[in-house]
Amino acid sequence: MKRWLLPTLVFVALIGAWQVAATSGALADTLHLESFLVPSPSEIAKSLWENRSLLAENAWVTLKEVLLGFGCALVAGIAFAVALHLSAMLRRAFYPLIIASQTIPIIVIAPILVVWFGYGIGPKLAIVALICFFPITVNALDGLRSVDPDAIKLMRTLDASRRQTFLRIEAPTALPYAFSGAKIAVAVAVIGAVFGEWAGSDSGLGHLMLQDNAQLETARLFASVVVLAAMAIALFALLALAERRIVTWR
Amino acid sequence: MRQDTKMAVEATKFATREDPPAEGLPAAAVSIRGLRHSYGELRTIERLDLEAAPHEVIGLVGPSGCGKSTLLELVCGLQEPSAGEVEVGGAGDARGRLSRCAYMPQRDLLLPWFSAIDNAALALRNRGLRRREARRQADALFERFGLAGFEDASPAELSGGMRQRVAFLRTLVAGKPVLALDEPFASLDAITRAEMQQWLAGALEADPRTVVLVTHDVEEALYLSDRVAVLSARPARVVEELSAPAPRAPDRDAAVIDPKFVASREKAMSSLRKGAPIGARGSLGTEGVPKEPRGETGRL
Repeated sequence: MKRWLLPTLVFVALIGAWQVAATSGALADTLHLESFLVPSPSEIAKSLWENRSLLAENAWVTLKEVLLGFGCALVAGIAFAVALHLSAMLRRAFYPLIIASQTIPIIVIAPILVVWFGYGIGPKLAIVALICFFPITVNALDGLRSVDPDAIKLMRTLDASRRQTFLRIEAPTALPYAFSGAKIAVAVAVIGAVFGEWAGSDSGLGHLMLQDNAQLETARLFASVVVLAAMAIALFALLALAERRIVTWR
Repeated sequence: MRQDTKMAVEATKFATREDPPAEGLPAAAVSIRGLRHSYGELRTIERLDLEAAPHEVIGLVGPSGCGKSTLLELVCGLQEPSAGEVEVGGAGDARGRLSRCAYMPQRDLLLPWFSAIDNAALALRNRGLRRREARRQADALFERFGLAGFEDASPAELSGGMRQRVAFLRTLVAGKPVLALDEPFASLDAITRAEMQQWLAGALEADPRTVVLVTHDVEEALYLSDRVAVLSARPARVVEELSAPAPRAPDRDAAVIDPKFVASREKAMSSLRKGAPIGARGSLGTEGVPKEPRGETGRL
């Protein structure tokens, strides 16, 4: 409880200050803006409520992109990590490329993907998956490689097959690492989905934000941001919960 | 009452009991002839000869880093010699040795995601037994080794001595004729270690196996083994072989202060000093029998 108290107080204080600054017009004056362009937290809350069905509809589109893209990256990332772990040759061939691939700004290639795959869910999935792939793969691989070599020797004298050694020692050792990677991935997945929608889409919170931006609907713009943040936090928390339930030995 | 203290007493009890040896396990001898081993340029073992008869416990003592652990891995078939022969139960190939040896590493290496009994039953599960059947077989030993009630405890909940017992059970349950023990009690405090030595003595009397025991503790080697081989500093070779005066005597504390035991220990110590690398000799202190033998070891 005490852990939450201080950050909550700071958060409430910041929101309160924003509220005062926005309603008094001080914030708009400092920024040399019309006051309707600088919504207060209460206006954002009002917009959240009034546009709840519109936001929910678009949030669902974005959430689908995030979940499917993340799911693809999870399956591919774990499979890749296991393959690179089991084959030294594959590791030598691919590991430097995976690291180097991180220098490619995936978000920037979003428009190309839209050209190739159109306005549908395809390019968003691809971007989310590409962004999630790296942290999942690298963390899972690190986990697999962190296994105590003495434990492997022990398993050999206990008549374990390669598969048994993997399932009973390597996989459980790597599991917390894979969870760390997945938690990092899911937080950036939401950003990836929004960028994908900005590159070209007809629905989703990113699409809504572009529209609101054009129409100077700043309160609803902020409302979308709040929903996106909530989505990322919720997904992160779900993974953290799953980790606590599965990795009971830590 | 401490669990470990209770154990020492129970170990003595079952040591004197006439238990039948485990499931008709064939006895196997270990035979090492002209063994050489090196990691690249680094020569770890140089022309080493060593024999262990079936059901004999042979202790290996030597200075730190002399290649004792490498020797155990060679025996177990986890490594191949650079030259010479290592045979376990007549098998000279790594596969054959691996199938006849069970290895207990220095650290217990209990898997934190398995309960104590699932850790102990690991070899049975690897052999394809269903979890329930594997647990049932390990369960009998839990009872006998004073671990009853801790079957489903996680390794983190066990004391150091109990963890070591579970690790030893895991080695025993593998059902191999030869046990390779790498400093099994090095991580324990002095009192627990003494108790565990007596416990292991009882366990080996009840269920005899051929044992290759590596330790840096001369007293431990002399108490638990039938024969002790003193190894030189790297590259390791046998400097001296001693017969233990009272292998696995039921009362450890009395056995280790017996004059014959003390004399053997001093002999082993002086061989160790001879085998130590040049330059390390001066730091090992005065030669000869100390006035107060119990004081020197600092145990019990």
